[in-house]
Amino acid sequence: MEIPYAVQPRRDTGLYNAKLGIWLFLASEVMLFGALFSAYILLRVGAAPGMWPHGWLNVPIGMANTFVLICSSITTVLAWVACKDRNYNKFKFFHALTLVLALTFVGIKSYEYYTKFTHYEITLTNGKFADGHVVAKSKDFDLIKKTGSVTLHGHIVEKREELMDMHSAEARHEKHEELTVPAAEITRMENYGPWHHTYLAIYFTLTALHALHVIGGALVIGYMWVTAGKMWKTDPERFTNRIEVSGLFWHFVDLVWIFLFPVLYLL
Amino acid sequence: MQPTTHATAQPGNSEAAHAHSAHHEPGFLSKYVFSTDHKVIGIQYGITGLAFLFFGFCLMMMMRWQIAYPGKALPVVGHLLEKMLGDVAAKGMISPDLYNSFGAMHGTIMVFLAVVPLVFGAFGNYVVPLQIGAVDMAFPRVNMASYQAYFIGGIIMLVSFFIPGGAAQAGWTSYSPLASIIPTDGQTFWLVGMVFLITSSLLGAVNFIVTIIQLRAPGMTWMRLPFFCWSQFVTAFLLLLAFPPLEAAGVMQLMDKVFHTSFFLPTGLAVGGAYANISGGGSPLLWQHLFWFLGHPEVYVLILPAMGIVAEIIANNTRKPLWGYKSLVYSVLILGFLSFIVWAHHMYMTGMGTHIATFFQTTTMIISIPSVVILTCLFLSLWGGSIRFNTPMLFALAFLPMFGIGGLTGLPLGLNFPDLHLHDTYYVIAHFHYVVAPGTIFALFAGVYFWFPKATGRMMNEFWGRVHFWLSLVFMNAIFQPMFAQGMAGMLRRMSDGGANYSLAKVPDAIGGLSDSIMYCNTTISIAAWCLGLAQLPFIFNFFWSIKNGKKVTSDNPWQATTLDWQTPTPPPHGNFTRPMEVFRGPYEYSVPGHAADFTPQNEPPSK
Repeated sequence: MEIPYAVQPRRDTGLYNAKLGIWLFLASEVMLFGALFSAYILLRVGAAPGMWPHGWLNVPIGMANTFVLICSSITTVLAWVACKDRNYNKFKFFHALTLVLALTFVGIKSYEYYTKFTHYEITLTNGKFADGHVVAKSKDFDLIKKTGSVTLHGHIVEKREELMDMHSAEARHEKHEELTVPAAEITRMENYGPWHHTYLAIYFTLTALHALHVIGGALVIGYMWVTAGKMWKTDPERFTNRIEVSGLFWHFVDLVWIFLFPVLYLL
Repeated sequence: MQPTTHATAQPGNSEAAHAHSAHHEPGFLSKYVFSTDHKVIGIQYGITGLAFLFFGFCLMMMMRWQIAYPGKALPVVGHLLEKMLGDVAAKGMISPDLYNSFGAMHGTIMVFLAVVPLVFGAFGNYVVPLQIGAVDMAFPRVNMASYQAYFIGGIIMLVSFFIPGGAAQAGWTSYSPLASIIPTDGQTFWLVGMVFLITSSLLGAVNFIVTIIQLRAPGMTWMRLPFFCWSQFVTAFLLLLAFPPLEAAGVMQLMDKVFHTSFFLPTGLAVGGAYANISGGGSPLLWQHLFWFLGHPEVYVLILPAMGIVAEIIANNTRKPLWGYKSLVYSVLILGFLSFIVWAHHMYMTGMGTHIATFFQTTTMIISIPSVVILTCLFLSLWGGSIRFNTPMLFALAFLPMFGIGGLTGLPLGLNFPDLHLHDTYYVIAHFHYVVAPGTIFALFAGVYFWFPKATGRMMNEFWGRVHFWLSLVFMNAIFQPMFAQGMAGMLRRMSDGGANYSLAKVPDAIGGLSDSIMYCNTTISIAAWCLGLAQLPFIFNFFWSIKNGKKVTSDNPWQATTLDWQTPTPPPHGNFTRPMEVFRGPYEYSVPGHAADFTPQNEPPSK
């Protein structure tokens, strides 16, 4: 028993089964990310005036990562073209590049996450706010026992609102320096994790879900890269289809990032 | 999929030779558990779904005891419940917490684990490839994965009853902040389970759409497609596009539970008299929008395939074509589209604003038009038919008025003003249960009796089928009809004592609490519910008994039907057809003038 149109396209639709399947899957993915983008809009519109943050993310790094992903899309297309040309070595080369770029993206993203988790906002007993990356903690640092101190690279502001717009001229001219804050002067200390603000919540959720897609796509591409030899010989047409279908998915993942970058980094 | 040397194209292969030459005998596991055959998967879905249907009903039978006799120990199972669940069932009584758990899980299980898997996973899987003349689904292994994801999701839901604190308690709708702040892990299990269920229906939906578009037999044009396939086609699109927003919402609620974000938790939220330690800034309305964006199309996921089943059975048993086949098809397409823009009629009480409410009232009134068109077509199809009153037909016929009651009682809920009064009362319960219980579930029973001979080669017992039908019909109505009265009198849903406390409220010169007659209905409804449980015994015994001992069918087409699902061997082998199918005519050519037989199968070539 053989399923019809598994490899060759059906005449009236012009599609083979998997290609239609992946487009439908991507339609549902659009709804998934669409719902999260809607959530972003609702949360932003509903935020208290002046309390939606700007400039919390590093734009050059985000830009570099965007570039990495776009390049990976190009190499995916080139790998598919190589399949169409039945050029095995070229295919192997370009898809290896795709994989390297995917891993680069995930690596850069992990670094960005790391900088968020080491970035703290500290409410001081005098009502001011210390904000910055933790450089060092004294050995006896304990918030409950109120012993020791923590050293930040950052600055101190009067009001929490001042931390919201890091794009503004004032914020850009603010001097960042090493500050040592004794535990006794701290009423609350929280890092920039998803729990810190709904902006960070949606940032982490969207980018983590996107990163899962990148990793999933990389696993599929990696699997096909490793096992390519066999099907290349027995059924090259089917193999080319697989590369096309996984490529469509990869372009979608890329496209999601093209929306994520301006929404989260620039707006 | 192993390419096999035999071709289904060799006509005249006897069935035995066919099976022999094609396959080395598969073992039990690969034949029944890890099968990629759409029929086996359909039956897996069917059995699992029926088991969950029964389990969900058992939860409700226990809840009905608590409603009728609040504060009394459950008879028979109370002791067992206490042993299994511990303090929440102390002294064999259902505590309010346990009542909430049972209520939430009754809804979840019935919708996501019973009815959807039955109408879509079971009937869709078994019948659609047969009706379109395909050898299998387009992606057999994805199909298997879909069932496995569903099964794992179901297990997670079941396990959640036994964790400390028990299963989710915030209703099947899981409104935040309530769902996020109940200090147990039940909700987390619910969310993880839902992710599996959503994955399952996503895989199923993609598979169905590709199968229907790509694998139709030659000649099976869109307007020759049986109405059942159309209904499955639209249902698949609803599942494909409506479920992901709930998945997104589920992920966000999971973030709220596990990573203490505030997606759905507003600024200044107080829990237990103190401010919650959260960043705030979230929106409880956001959850409701995302939930009902799924929730409303979901209603049509429950009802459209049921309409498809009923349409097939009515055409077959009236021995005449469906009245208005094209109207049915266009209506089901319009229904599918409109179902995406009515969701906020579940949210009139949230204070989302009158302008938005006006929009959703308008779309809600418009969506009733195609529903009425479908129901009217089915009613008119009966006109002038020589109707065969067999068990499937009885259930299909009962579906029409029952769904009619459910649909018409929905109109007041779709309008803002009456909804202010009726919202969250027993009226709502009665309304949607009329749609789903004597509506969809009757259609399911009709489908089981109808396709049973195709799947097993034996008929189900007709006498016990009728007993099952009449008792079910009487008790269904005895359960849900009084609920309209209770709801209009103001009895609220989700009260674990069935309104006993509320009925005591007596304010001088004002409307009092619930009257005695309204409260008395609690008891009669409960008794009717238990009787309905007993009325399912004939079905259960009939089902299993008939697999081995039912009357053998004498032909592959015992109902003398026209569609391709009856032009296969019985039961259909792996690969379905002994020769490639080609379609020459529409799906319902019954009683064509000038033909010897009163039915002309779709694959019968035109006479020269």
